[in-house]
Amino acid sequence: MERRRVFPHRVLPYLLVAPQIAVTLVFFFWPASQALWQSVLIQDAFGLSTRFAGLENFRTILSDPDYRHSLGVTAVFSSAVSALALGSALGLALMADRVVRGARAYRTLLIWPYAVAPAVAGVLWLFLFNPTVGIVAFALRQVGYRWNHLLDGREALLLVVLAAAWKQISYNFVFFLAGLQGIGRAVIEAAAIDGAGPARRVVSVVLPLLSPTVFFLVVVNVVYAFFDTFGIVHAVTGGGPAKATEILVFKVFRDGFVGLDLGRSAAQSVILMAIVIGLTIVQFRWLERRVHY
Amino acid sequence: MPMTRRRWLTVAATTAAVLKPTLVRAETEIQFWHAMGGALGEKTKELAEGFNRSQSEYRVNAVYKGNYTETMTGAIAAFRARQQPHIVQVFEVGTATMMAATGAIKPVHALMAEAGEKFDPAAYLPAVTGYYTTADGRMLSLPFNSSTPVLYYNKDAFRKAGLDPARPPRTWPEVGEAVRKLQAAGLACGFTTCWQSWIQLENFSAWHNVPFATRANGFGGLDAELRFNSPLHVRHIGQLAEWQKTKAFDYGGRRNEATAKFTSGECGMLTESSAGYAGIKRTAKFEFGIGTLPYWPDVAGAPQNTIIGGASLWVMAGHSPQAYRGVARFFSYLSSPEVQADWHQFTGYLPITRAAWDLTRKQGFYEKNPGTEISILQMTGKPPTENSKGLRLGNFVQIRDVIDEELEAVWAGKKPAKEALDAAVRRGNDLLRQFERAHR
Repeated sequence: MERRRVFPHRVLPYLLVAPQIAVTLVFFFWPASQALWQSVLIQDAFGLSTRFAGLENFRTILSDPDYRHSLGVTAVFSSAVSALALGSALGLALMADRVVRGARAYRTLLIWPYAVAPAVAGVLWLFLFNPTVGIVAFALRQVGYRWNHLLDGREALLLVVLAAAWKQISYNFVFFLAGLQGIGRAVIEAAAIDGAGPARRVVSVVLPLLSPTVFFLVVVNVVYAFFDTFGIVHAVTGGGPAKATEILVFKVFRDGFVGLDLGRSAAQSVILMAIVIGLTIVQFRWLERRVHY
Repeated sequence: MPMTRRRWLTVAATTAAVLKPTLVRAETEIQFWHAMGGALGEKTKELAEGFNRSQSEYRVNAVYKGNYTETMTGAIAAFRARQQPHIVQVFEVGTATMMAATGAIKPVHALMAEAGEKFDPAAYLPAVTGYYTTADGRMLSLPFNSSTPVLYYNKDAFRKAGLDPARPPRTWPEVGEAVRKLQAAGLACGFTTCWQSWIQLENFSAWHNVPFATRANGFGGLDAELRFNSPLHVRHIGQLAEWQKTKAFDYGGRRNEATAKFTSGECGMLTESSAGYAGIKRTAKFEFGIGTLPYWPDVAGAPQNTIIGGASLWVMAGHSPQAYRGVARFFSYLSSPEVQADWHQFTGYLPITRAAWDLTRKQGFYEKNPGTEISILQMTGKPPTENSKGLRLGNFVQIRDVIDEELEAVWAGKKPAKEALDAAVRRGNDLLRQFERAHR
């Protein structure tokens, strides 16, 4: 028998959530408000001369062809990374779910890449594809393709997409697998008795039942592609060649920390924040309606 | 797991050890943030230690803070948090940013005067200090590591091609001639260059005594405009683009990646920083020589003098007079002939004073290491003009990126030289105006 305990205090619950709220305030709201404030200022690097500029920073950014180019790169990059990471993880999870022997070993191995830091993941892929000494670049040369992501922007973009997606597959895999194992055998067996083949069972039974997981992962993957991929881009291409892989979060870094233009960098991060909030809202309103819990 | 008594004791003991006050020192501590990694970092540490041993009042603490960009942004962030170091090493393209920060820095001339430290600006080599000096001759930061571009050539390849290995080409037409013979003798590529913006445009302008930007290359004010799309610049870049088609010139990368094309024997000649000497000497498996940077002989006044790259030491504002006396003392120590000569010979960077140069010559260093004096001679041949003192342009890190992008389009054959240089000037001017707005 479980005994229920009721806390008489009114204050205690607040005290218990206080640390979390404090962390959120200090590490999220305060910096975000700083960024908002900085974005309406034109300031030199040292903070010696400050001028209130209203929306001037936003106007210059939005009329800057480099910024619009970066928006385009980010759109391609994020959708490619999310699609690739979700697709391959789902495929792997479906297969791992069917494995009978050695399932545990497969699962453990598939989770490993998640433990690799983004910058390290980037460097690993960089070594594989290094035009001079990389083993993949060497193999490509053997079949007559000269890989050089240092000069070819599309190859560079492909490389960072591969590296970023590879790192996220494990995370998605864990959630997909958990979701799959939560689906009752009975339902799938019933479908099988009704004459549905494996593919049909996945499309009509498994995926609808998996939709909460898919929804959650879409949100997480988009946020990942927008922010956490910084280390990979920084290590693999540095945004180059000629800005071909300069995603928004990298441009924020370049303009703010290399170019020391804090106002415009802050304005870009505010826009970036707005984009991600917007995307998340859209996903919740649109995707969540089609989700069956 | 509950904490045992023993673990508590360990924790307590460790805490006590950490909190225990360090031995009280009479010395004033001076923080020196730098960007010199590896062997250069060791040498920098050695400089600080040498100074610490030479006296007992001050202690310089040399701290490696990452690459140039990281060191500079680190110091700026520290300043905003009022935790700035006393001395910070800033690369030459950050000069305009540091200079414009009037309340954040202490100019070297003022530091020396206030500290009552003996300081004779005439003892320094103007070609080196000019970059870090105001238009009216007052030193703002102390040059630390400076270099200038020179021409490296493969003597073995020259011999094979029937060229005189003792006579490197001095002009661009001579380079063209040499390249033709080298390629006829079977070399894949004639010559290549590192740091294309620094060597083929910035130094190119100074060497031919033409402006890179108006207002004395930015020394005269923040309203300078870029001028590196003149007919002479277009002609030079156009010639390189022409050569790129036959690999007479072959582009090797934005930074110093092209060095590998030279040391592997692929290219017969290379324009690269004089500080690249040690690396080339270590990797090249052939005899190589050093010559001056080539020029166009029909340009009146060429060759003028080349300008430097590298970094200088800036003193940050907001410290005590006592600490500043220590900084001034440290700068005097760094400028002393023995320390400078040692630094120059060990690192390959230029000496900053005449006395250090003379001492190095007296020690017979240049005879033992032929070609190492070319860089200094090339910089000091003529007194610098307003076109050859250096550059002082805001947002210059980004402007170099723009130049790199446009030049790469030229080498790829996507844009003619004129169109690319015009575009680079236009985009660069936007960046200059933006810097001007932020510093009004």
